[in-house]
Amino acid sequence: MNAPEPLLRLSGINTFYGLIHILQDVEIEVGVGELVSLLGGNASGKSTTLKTILGIVRPRTGAVTFDGEDVTGRSTSHRIGRGMAIVPENRRLFGPMTVLENLEMGAYLNRDGTGRKADFERIYSLFPLVYERRSQLAGTLSGGEQQMVAMGRALMSHPKLLLMDEPSMGLAPVLVERSFEIIQQVHEAGVAMLVVEQNANMALSIADRGYVLSTGRVVLQGKASELIENEDLRKAYLGR
Amino acid sequence: MADEETRRERLEEGVPAASATAGPQIGVDEWVARSAERRGGRGGRLGVVEARLRTVPWWAWLTLFVAIVAALPVGFESGYVRRVAFDTVIFMLLALGLNVVVGWGGLLDLGYVAFYGVGAYTYAILSADRYDLHLPVFVSIPAAAVVGGLVGLLVGLPSRRLVGDYLAIVTLFFFQIFLTVSNNSDSIFGEDRAGGPNGILNVEPLSLFGRELPVSTEGIFNVAYLYVALAFFVVVFVALRLANASRTGRAWRSLREDPLAAELMGMPVNWLKLTAFAFGAAVAALTGTLVTALNGSVFPQTFEFPLLITVYTMVILGGAGSQAGVVIGAIGISVLLELLREPGDSRFLFYVLSVLALVGTLRFSRRLAIVLGGTLALGFVVHSLAGAIDGSWTAGAARDGGRLGEWATQWVVVPSSLASWVTPVSYIGLVAAVLTLTLLRGRLRLALLVPTLYLAAFVWENVMLAKPEPTRFVVLGAILIAVMVARPEGVLGEKRVEIV
Repeated sequence: MNAPEPLLRLSGINTFYGLIHILQDVEIEVGVGELVSLLGGNASGKSTTLKTILGIVRPRTGAVTFDGEDVTGRSTSHRIGRGMAIVPENRRLFGPMTVLENLEMGAYLNRDGTGRKADFERIYSLFPLVYERRSQLAGTLSGGEQQMVAMGRALMSHPKLLLMDEPSMGLAPVLVERSFEIIQQVHEAGVAMLVVEQNANMALSIADRGYVLSTGRVVLQGKASELIENEDLRKAYLGR
Repeated sequence: MADEETRRERLEEGVPAASATAGPQIGVDEWVARSAERRGGRGGRLGVVEARLRTVPWWAWLTLFVAIVAALPVGFESGYVRRVAFDTVIFMLLALGLNVVVGWGGLLDLGYVAFYGVGAYTYAILSADRYDLHLPVFVSIPAAAVVGGLVGLLVGLPSRRLVGDYLAIVTLFFFQIFLTVSNNSDSIFGEDRAGGPNGILNVEPLSLFGRELPVSTEGIFNVAYLYVALAFFVVVFVALRLANASRTGRAWRSLREDPLAAELMGMPVNWLKLTAFAFGAAVAALTGTLVTALNGSVFPQTFEFPLLITVYTMVILGGAGSQAGVVIGAIGISVLLELLREPGDSRFLFYVLSVLALVGTLRFSRRLAIVLGGTLALGFVVHSLAGAIDGSWTAGAARDGGRLGEWATQWVVVPSSLASWVTPVSYIGLVAAVLTLTLLRGRLRLALLVPTLYLAAFVWENVMLAKPEPTRFVVLGAILIAVMVARPEGVLGEKRVEIV
């Protein structure tokens, strides 16, 4: 399933926080239009991997290649401009700003506002509820609504790669299911995705491929359909 | 707010067609359909008035406000009122500038007043006899604002990666550098550059279109300066309003709310911080030119810490983030500090504010009647008892009388001469009583409130009014605490919405 020229490639990534070796020789690839799950328990390095991809944390060794460019030394802003977008953990909406303003901030790098109208339409047709709530303050929305706004905000910049950090966090079970439906739908529209999750079962059910991190190493990788049958993984994460 | 509505309309052009509802239809339910009904305001007549007031556009408020201030000199002949109005407009400008950094950018800038000083000194250097440059004001004033903005950028450069406490300390350090340099400017590398503590004298007053504006005519403050300041205010207010409604303005606010999320949206966080810094600094520098032109001189002592605290108080009390709020804060504090200079005025303020505070906390209730009646009764009993024991105990005259002063001495014990132990004991006793009040509940609190109020009046008449200068700041501090307890977001501030 690996595309010959992947959209995103982490090669030989070693990231340190001070003296602590967090990521150890991590190799991850996401192909064009692929949906990849990154699984792992607490403190397995999932979030650090995302931070490394976005450039919030710089790896000590290794390279991050995105869309044919080595972005290892480039700023977060540059990477977002190149076509990354993220739905952060806990969504991190701008609470005292309206839903509309939140969406607009997602398209911050689209300076002249061309196609802004079509962008809003696209988001609204994907999430009719976001349209209903467009003039409400984002902080007054429920968790599920915030999740949709956060996804809409990320999609405003026409990302090639959408990073999702724990999309099921803090959502009611019914909303988790819907959240993953939406992820699948966005993916079907052609956006490559890297979904970081603790909910391995759910994440693998929609993914093409998966990686499993444990204490900063990739311990398992492969097709999602194979991983979901993997005995070790089932014991460790799926609990059955 | 009107501009938000127009912006919303602009953005909402991308309304989806009714049929464009493919995909999951989460949230299309009865709750959403009736969402408007739940958006309740205040009921009754007050609610109607409030709803009407909300529809008044911001520029209408601005026009009304400017018209009122502009009409002040017509109603008041005295140079004093005009001068206070000018100083108030200066404070309004300073508060507007600080609001960019603190209210919108969310950056704790403790060096703000130094930028005010940079503008003042730049104008003085460009316009005083010292360097004999005498540039026209259309050059020197913009130049001072630009220099202020550039210095803001320079200070921001090393601190752009800092947040919160760290930024505060660095800017505070810059403030101290400014004070040190300006105080020692009579010997910079051995040469007298800007007069040191003696400042720069003989700064030209403003001159517009070849005509010089004298600072005062026949000893009365020249009202033209008030109008110039007011014009500056309008320009700054509108410019900042437009900046806030722009993409950059919204980026500032999102930066304040969540710097990490802002960075994740691809915003150049460091650059945004720098621009917020520079904007605030430029406004402060612009304000500095006006004051220097009016005073005809500039001294380092003008730019001390109390000024910084005063401007911060204005911004926080008025509501950081709201332009109208910080203007109201500036007017309130500026006028308040001025009134507190006069014992007669400040006595009036004290009693009115005390009663208002009581009404605010107890509402119009039986408890209010008990407390007010009890305090009055207690006062007359104590007064007559004290008078009966020793006539001199109640023989003191009210400071700066007036009818209220006369009345007050009929009620509050004001001895003709105060034993030296009375002052500290009564003052510390009052502080202790107020602190105890915060620990008590219910009837006990009500019971203690009565003697505390009377003690406060005693301290006010005998201790505070004797020392107007510290009293001003004690009262300011008390009001600040009271308002922040009642409305933590300030008078017109945005309520913080925590994301759970």
